[in-house]
Amino acid sequence: MPSPVKTGVTTYATPSDREIAITRVVKAPRRIVFDAYTTPRHLQQWLLGPEGWTMPICEIDLRPGGAFRYVWRKEDGAEMTIAGSVREVAPPERVVTTESWGPEWPETVNTVVFTEADGHTTITLTVRYPSQAARDAALQTGMKEGMDQGFARLDALLRTLA
Amino acid sequence: MRAVSDSLSVTFSALADPTRRAILARLASGAATVKELSAPFEMSGPAVSRHLRVLEHAGLIQRGREAQWRPRTLDATPLREVAEWAEEFRRFWDASYARLDTYLQSLTERENTDAQPS
Repeated sequence: MPSPVKTGVTTYATPSDREIAITRVVKAPRRIVFDAYTTPRHLQQWLLGPEGWTMPICEIDLRPGGAFRYVWRKEDGAEMTIAGSVREVAPPERVVTTESWGPEWPETVNTVVFTEADGHTTITLTVRYPSQAARDAALQTGMKEGMDQGFARLDALLRTLA
Repeated sequence: MRAVSDSLSVTFSALADPTRRAILARLASGAATVKELSAPFEMSGPAVSRHLRVLEHAGLIQRGREAQWRPRTLDATPLREVAEWAEEFRRFWDASYARLDTYLQSLTERENTDAQPS
């Protein structure tokens, strides 16, 4: 069966009120993708966001209850840290973690599932937010699904401010 | 991603309620008194005032100076912050996954080379 999602495109969807699912299809077998997604020396090569950032610290204790910590650094010295803990690990299919950007930030539950077909792997990362507002805020740019009337208006407002 | 603001989670929780979002949408078209803001809702004055206090605490609305019927106005600064954060979120994943494509290609090529008989 042909894959419903093309390679080279990241899709964003809202499977429930509090979740965002980020899907990407890559051309590699699942066990390699799983390694690339869970091994520090690999993550430091790609999980970097926009140009100009590096990840000097990447620590993962990949077992239930294990801690992880990612620290990114920008050329100008700005830093960002994400820390959390591992809930479930089922190589090469699934990892569940909880994570937060700091004490003032809501903790999210992140489930990443890898499925393989025809030499391609679909990576589905589902981020569950503690509230619908936090989730919707993450979708403001370009996403309309799951937004009620009030949020649609707010979205229009935000566009005028951009 | 940029350094993050402590106030963002306060903004999120203020935006979590549909009544409060409707109030903000109304204020986007101009200042309004508490009475005007209450009109569309089947809700007591005190209940609407509670929502207004939450929005004020989040810095999303401001009060006018006129003594009794102080009109509320929208302050869009926290919303802009939320929008910027949302944009960063997407940019982060788009850019990271584009890099992952290239990286996986090098990993699979390396594996294929290693697997070839010498």
